[in-house]
Amino acid sequence: MNLVAAAPASYPGDPVFAHGITLGVWVIEVVKLIATFAIIMVAVLFMVMYERKAVAYLGNRWGPNRAGPKGWLQSLADGIKLFFKEALVPADADKFVYRAAPVISMVPVLVAFSIVPIGATVTVDGYTTRLQLADPQWGILLMLLASSVSVYGVMLAGWSSASKYPLIGAVRASAQMISYEAALGLSVATVVVLTGSLHTSAIVAAQHGGILYHWNVFRAYGLPAAIFFVAITAEMTRPPFDLVEAEEELAGGYNMEYSSIGFALFYLAEYAALVTNSAFFVTLFLGGPDGPYWHTIGPLWFVVKVLAVLYVYVWARATLPRLRYDQLMDLGWKRLIPASLAMLLIVAAGRISWRWGLAALAGSLFAFILLARAIEVGQAQTEAEATRELEAP
Amino acid sequence: MSSITDSKFISFFKGFFVTGKQPAKPKVTFQYPEEKRPKPERLHGRHVLNRYEDGMEKCIGCELCAGVCPARCIYVRGADNPPDAPVSPGERYGFVYEINFLRCIHCDLCVEACPTEAITESKMFEFSFTSREQAIYTKAELLVDDDGRPKQLPWEDWRPGDDKNTSAWVRATSPSGRADLEGVPLWSGELGYGVRPPQAGQSDPEAADVPADTDISLREVEAGELRGVGVRAVRPVRRPGGGR
Repeated sequence: MNLVAAAPASYPGDPVFAHGITLGVWVIEVVKLIATFAIIMVAVLFMVMYERKAVAYLGNRWGPNRAGPKGWLQSLADGIKLFFKEALVPADADKFVYRAAPVISMVPVLVAFSIVPIGATVTVDGYTTRLQLADPQWGILLMLLASSVSVYGVMLAGWSSASKYPLIGAVRASAQMISYEAALGLSVATVVVLTGSLHTSAIVAAQHGGILYHWNVFRAYGLPAAIFFVAITAEMTRPPFDLVEAEEELAGGYNMEYSSIGFALFYLAEYAALVTNSAFFVTLFLGGPDGPYWHTIGPLWFVVKVLAVLYVYVWARATLPRLRYDQLMDLGWKRLIPASLAMLLIVAAGRISWRWGLAALAGSLFAFILLARAIEVGQAQTEAEATRELEAP
Repeated sequence: MSSITDSKFISFFKGFFVTGKQPAKPKVTFQYPEEKRPKPERLHGRHVLNRYEDGMEKCIGCELCAGVCPARCIYVRGADNPPDAPVSPGERYGFVYEINFLRCIHCDLCVEACPTEAITESKMFEFSFTSREQAIYTKAELLVDDDGRPKQLPWEDWRPGDDKNTSAWVRATSPSGRADLEGVPLWSGELGYGVRPPQAGQSDPEAADVPADTDISLREVEAGELRGVGVRAVRPVRRPGGGR
């Protein structure tokens, strides 16, 4: 079975490049670049307000309602205030790394958003182009790359601050992000196996048509979507996985020493990552710009779906208490990674025939029982050792 | 059955239903500057200097308030009353009276010390002065006007009706502890209000109908006195241990 390699070779890239790179192509690409940047920036400003409003309503409050109409300019006002503050650099900080860290966490997010398809194609003055900034061959790998690189932003920020709380926060963050990257990558691989292509546009095209049942969330039997959702929540260190910035323990986390533009960039990066990853969730599992009806209004469907996913994030934040560190690691290593591995196996086997699929399911269940037993034995042993140490004179 | 619904997995989603229901419920937030909560019965706000019913000032310039003030924020100078046009009924009157609200801690000791009930505290505490000159209230600002109402300064936020509660002293020194003084007002009349009614005592059948954990202004609203004068939402103030 050639699951991955066959399709991308034949799958066409952005049709705008089909007839060589002319001035018109340049203009289109620059316009798309600026538009993508503008979209993500406006989306971040919107998201900050959306989250504050939604979390307030979930807590029987009104939320910010003073700046601008119904308070919707609050995040803009906050941003302006932040940019006019003094940018402090701690005396012992590694100055270059300290200044570079916010940028390192911001840029990958912007790069990742460039491959999100928000619609099918448009034709302007004879040029047909996709409604996404870039459609590279490595496609969805760029998203995994971006989430890996953004670990460095957090890590370097914590280290270069020359302060202990940011350092502890950064160590926690990097361990957490690396742990959940495996589950994230495996659940993305499930989608890639289903589609047979790494192109985001191909992933979206494969889910097109019909009423919902073409969406990968159903074709992959639901679980990979749930794993992806939890994994990106942990990846972004969003609540309930926000041990990185546990105020009670770390007084703010890796960005504690930052002020002004540096802090604003971290804040922007956090919310840009939230929007981008929601967009990826929609792209990978919820059919991207495809809707149950009226397939021509793709971008609108896309926005509606992203808003719904974002609401679930906020809802989870308003509901769930923060995990303990061992619970976080347990969930990642003992549950999500085996489960995503098993789902990858089952989906891949199911692509061959239903018999193989059933066999993979049975094998996975057996492996799960073994794993559960192994974890049980291991925990019992650890506890026994701990008791022995306690009781020792 | 209950073991299934109480399982970790199910209760995880039950939590989402609990928060998910909240947006439909009424909000607990008061939209503060527009919408004010009723103030506690004995709140200590800014001071006023009262007058008798005939318009005479109650202050006799004895400086007891200045003497008792722990923050040393009161400055008083007394002077002899002019025989042809006396300011106060006694021999002397408060010629200078200043309170520095940058120092005042609103402890109400000046009110306790005052022998003539001249200085009392109102319930109005929302003032945002921007300079020392504004923070130091002189007699011109503190003294009630010809109707017995306190003066509203530009940096003070109060609504029509708020000044009804000027004389917190009346309620703060109610003889609620002594049975033989219950229902007997032990204070002189005020310009514009006359003799204020005493605080409801324990054996008052009328007061028994009013729950103990509600605010005095709520009672006034229920009596229709404050309706439509700036109090938009009045809710009972729940105090620990209280309750209907």
